[in-house]
Amino acid sequence: MSTTIETHVGSPRRRVDGRLKVTGAARYAGEVAAPGLLHGYVVSGTIAKGRITGIDTAAAEAVPGVLKIFTHANRPNVPAGDADYQDMVAPPGQPFRPLFNDRILYSGQPVALVVAKDFAAARHAASLVNVRVEAEPHATDLDRLRDSAYVPPEKREGIAPPPEPRGKADDALAASPTRVQNEYRIASEHHNPMEPHASTVIWEGGGKITVYDKIQGVKNSRDYITAVFGLPPDDVRVISRFVGGAFGIGLRPQYQLFLAVMAALDLERSVRVELTREQMFTFGYRPGTINSVAVGANPDGKLQAIRHEAIQGTSRFEDYQEVVVNWSGLLYHCDNIALNYRIAKLDTYTPADMRAPGAPLGVFAIESAIDELSYALKTDPLELRLNNYADTDENEGKPFTSRELRAACRQGADHFGWSKRQPEPRSMHDGRELVGWGMATGIWEAMMMPHSARATLTAEGKLEVACATADIGTGTYTILTQIAADSLGLRMEDVTTRLGDTMLPEAPVEGGSWTAASAGSAVYLACEKLRQTLFQLARGMDASLLGNASFEHVQFRDGRIELRTDPSETVSIAEVLRTAALDRIEEHETAAPNAETKEKFSQYTHSAVFAEVRVDEQLGVVRVTRIVDAVAAGKIINPKTARSQIIGGVVFGLGMALHEESMLDHTLGRFMNRNLAEYHVPANADVPEIDVIFVDEHDDKANPLGVKGLGEIGIVGTAAAIANAIFHATGRRIRSLPITIDRLMN
Amino acid sequence: MNRFSYARPNDLAEAVQVATAESRFIAGGTNLIDLIKYNVERPARLIDITRVPGLDRIEPAPGGGLRIGALVTNSTVAYDDRVTASYPLLASAILAGASPQLRNAATTGGNLLQRTRCYYFYDSGTACNKREPGSGCPAIGGLNRIHAILGTSEDCIATHPSDMCVALAALAATVHVTGPIGDRVIPFADFHRLPGDRPDRDTTLEKGEIVTAVELPPEDFSAHYTYLKLRDRLSYAFALVSVAAALDLDGDTIRTARIALGGVAHKPWRIPAAEDFLSGQPATAESFARAADTLLSGAQGFGHNTFKIGLARQAIVRALQQAAAGTPQSQIDKRIR
Repeated sequence: MSTTIETHVGSPRRRVDGRLKVTGAARYAGEVAAPGLLHGYVVSGTIAKGRITGIDTAAAEAVPGVLKIFTHANRPNVPAGDADYQDMVAPPGQPFRPLFNDRILYSGQPVALVVAKDFAAARHAASLVNVRVEAEPHATDLDRLRDSAYVPPEKREGIAPPPEPRGKADDALAASPTRVQNEYRIASEHHNPMEPHASTVIWEGGGKITVYDKIQGVKNSRDYITAVFGLPPDDVRVISRFVGGAFGIGLRPQYQLFLAVMAALDLERSVRVELTREQMFTFGYRPGTINSVAVGANPDGKLQAIRHEAIQGTSRFEDYQEVVVNWSGLLYHCDNIALNYRIAKLDTYTPADMRAPGAPLGVFAIESAIDELSYALKTDPLELRLNNYADTDENEGKPFTSRELRAACRQGADHFGWSKRQPEPRSMHDGRELVGWGMATGIWEAMMMPHSARATLTAEGKLEVACATADIGTGTYTILTQIAADSLGLRMEDVTTRLGDTMLPEAPVEGGSWTAASAGSAVYLACEKLRQTLFQLARGMDASLLGNASFEHVQFRDGRIELRTDPSETVSIAEVLRTAALDRIEEHETAAPNAETKEKFSQYTHSAVFAEVRVDEQLGVVRVTRIVDAVAAGKIINPKTARSQIIGGVVFGLGMALHEESMLDHTLGRFMNRNLAEYHVPANADVPEIDVIFVDEHDDKANPLGVKGLGEIGIVGTAAAIANAIFHATGRRIRSLPITIDRLMN
Repeated sequence: MNRFSYARPNDLAEAVQVATAESRFIAGGTNLIDLIKYNVERPARLIDITRVPGLDRIEPAPGGGLRIGALVTNSTVAYDDRVTASYPLLASAILAGASPQLRNAATTGGNLLQRTRCYYFYDSGTACNKREPGSGCPAIGGLNRIHAILGTSEDCIATHPSDMCVALAALAATVHVTGPIGDRVIPFADFHRLPGDRPDRDTTLEKGEIVTAVELPPEDFSAHYTYLKLRDRLSYAFALVSVAAALDLDGDTIRTARIALGGVAHKPWRIPAAEDFLSGQPATAESFARAADTLLSGAQGFGHNTFKIGLARQAIVRALQQAAAGTPQSQIDKRIR
């Protein structure tokens, strides 16, 4: 008789850190207290380019409680070499060096740090610092600089450049009876996580520091600090247990970390530097993008050619790059493809990865163009996509580890009721409002990165798993707890997961949707090793019931090891440890992508997004009233947190479609809507019912868990689906995001 | 944020007495605190008037109508039975703005005195004639999507951001103030100013004067009204254009019309000629469009905000249609009627 064990993996589970978060017990980087903590307040520059000719700090220094004002003129010695400032995520170039010299490289640049005994004194004093500057001509308008765009000579690590052209795109396009050719634009955006950036540096004495940093990977901050300040790794511990949203802006160490560490080392005191909401607009952002797309097809709807070029801005000092155009070569079968990606230098800070960096931008362009093509061909947009379905990765000439995009399209369409759609634009009404149904597909990489984990079992039957990775709100604590609990047959309450600490087994930054697959696999393997060890110990016990069993014959359940065929043949884990006279067993394991699989296969997640909009075209008001997102992302560990991830991504995409725009005043070279009143993200009223469907997708190659990651895929096709729905409603094709009232009204 | 002292007077006389040019009265603080954080306001002293008695009541006005004390919160006004029954336009306009949390803190007097949302006004790293007279106006020729199309000057194109004030303008409320020169009653239309060459002055309040109440006249327009607000998302954004419309109808003929616009000028925009024109006209889209022409006469765009002229025209017509039909815009259901 064999028993079926109900697993935590695959079942909806509440967040294990939920109570800590809603009660405020979860402490974020800017909330950690320390005796005698000093507070730093950043003075931000106001010009986009030029030179600091003088900084008058006398009035600020006279404010009671002010200890020191750091500027480029009096800062402690730091290395001059660019290499020391590199971090794990840095693009090619010369990283920004805070307070390094008198050069102003972008508007909002930190030009001084006021350190005082309390926050109020620091803030007040900062307003009295008088910075004199000599401005030089700057340029921030990508439109004007597009002719200066260049193919980045040095590729950014981890960012695939566009594939080589296939076939002859120009000729095939010219020969195509039906062609669509347009420009598609997306505004610059800022991440705006709820938690602003902060670093609290605890001076431990003897040159040692513990740093609570808002970061998506503690190792990145630690390595940066040790390189820049010349500290031995053992003297720097970085902790980031909770992150209040990051969306990519927590990948690289930001200037508040540099400033806080600099001040702490100089003053030999604990120092906190927190940025204001306004200052959250003074570093990385999602770069505005100009896509030029041309697609051509035969009357039978078979794609003959795809040409997609994207231009993005970067800073003067780094060549930021992301994957914008490659998706156009992956979504469809097409023999003639030319993809191109260029960047242009602007006098802004370097752009930063932001949720699914590049993908929703390029996918908005190609999925709008394919939608336009469907109308030109008078064919259903969904059928056109399925008619040109790519069964393999034609960019790299490899099969996919799995690709249930077709199923996602079908199931999403069924759930949405797509078959009831009237094909003609402006043909569906509800009272005054025009109704539109649109769809788009989405794609993102299913990556895995080397992660290490530790699993420790105590004699009391409590399990602790640990990994240095961060949980930025995605649910990593919860899914690792589920994986570990299943391995040892424990209740989730008996498992503790520890994350976000350089004292823990190493992990890279959290990002790219790779954490569930990577940290999950590492925890799984560490627990697997623990199971093996326990089993061997159990077999060796006197009068062991399991003496003749092999590992495959046993299962772990309710804190016991039992024979699968006869669960009455059982021994408790606690007894095993007691017999072996051990108070704990600790195992370490590292999970890394399989090189051979990577060589032979491509790994991607996919989605099909269906949107319904209602438009009052006289007044330019659009309401998104329904979204169905069907996602193929391998095994779903926790349907509850997974659904939240997709909903969050879809809302992000809705913001990209209708709301989000960081507005640059090109005369000043300055982002101007630097607050959440004027930088619009969707409010509750803007967010409709979002139905998330997880399509069954078995993947036995991607990683030991068959998990593909969910953080990014929700955003990718959403903006395109909404824009396509707006066209269906109104007959107006808006190729510039966000689609605001002024762009929509007649 | 600068350092400031704090005073908490126990009555109105004391509040007036301790006020100086460098002090600011504070009640809900929903705008003032932000402005202090942004170094836009640098008061030497905050005078907390929340304990001043007598300003927190809604009561019948002597000549009919309703008198709303300056400290009554926006939420209290919006949900007051007398307001929802007789002045639903006011309740609707209040609910179109901000969020429940903000409305719970924000007061009637404070709402009148909230300042523009112009990006440059909030950014002490840039020039702004409203913040620093004489420094210039980067919004003209800069980012001006949210800026004014009516009553602008070459010094300032900022708008007044309030929703509540647009309804108060349409309802012809009066503002009761007291101060060093004694008590005054200011017609709502005269309370806020156009920028002219003194954009630093938002209102006609004299130094040291304090708003004590807003009074609504008896004429309530409770049968035919609407507050239609158009903005960059469906909730929690300032108006690009808003319209408070109120009609008194005799069958299909308009006896009296009131129209005020928000989001288009330095003050709630009301043109008596447009209202006079509608008197005696049939309640049709054609009449409404002609009234819109009068209201928007002289409207001027600055590039990014030029769309507001066409949007305002459409919004005026739609709002008057909603009012005439007795189907006011719901502030909960986001479908525009």
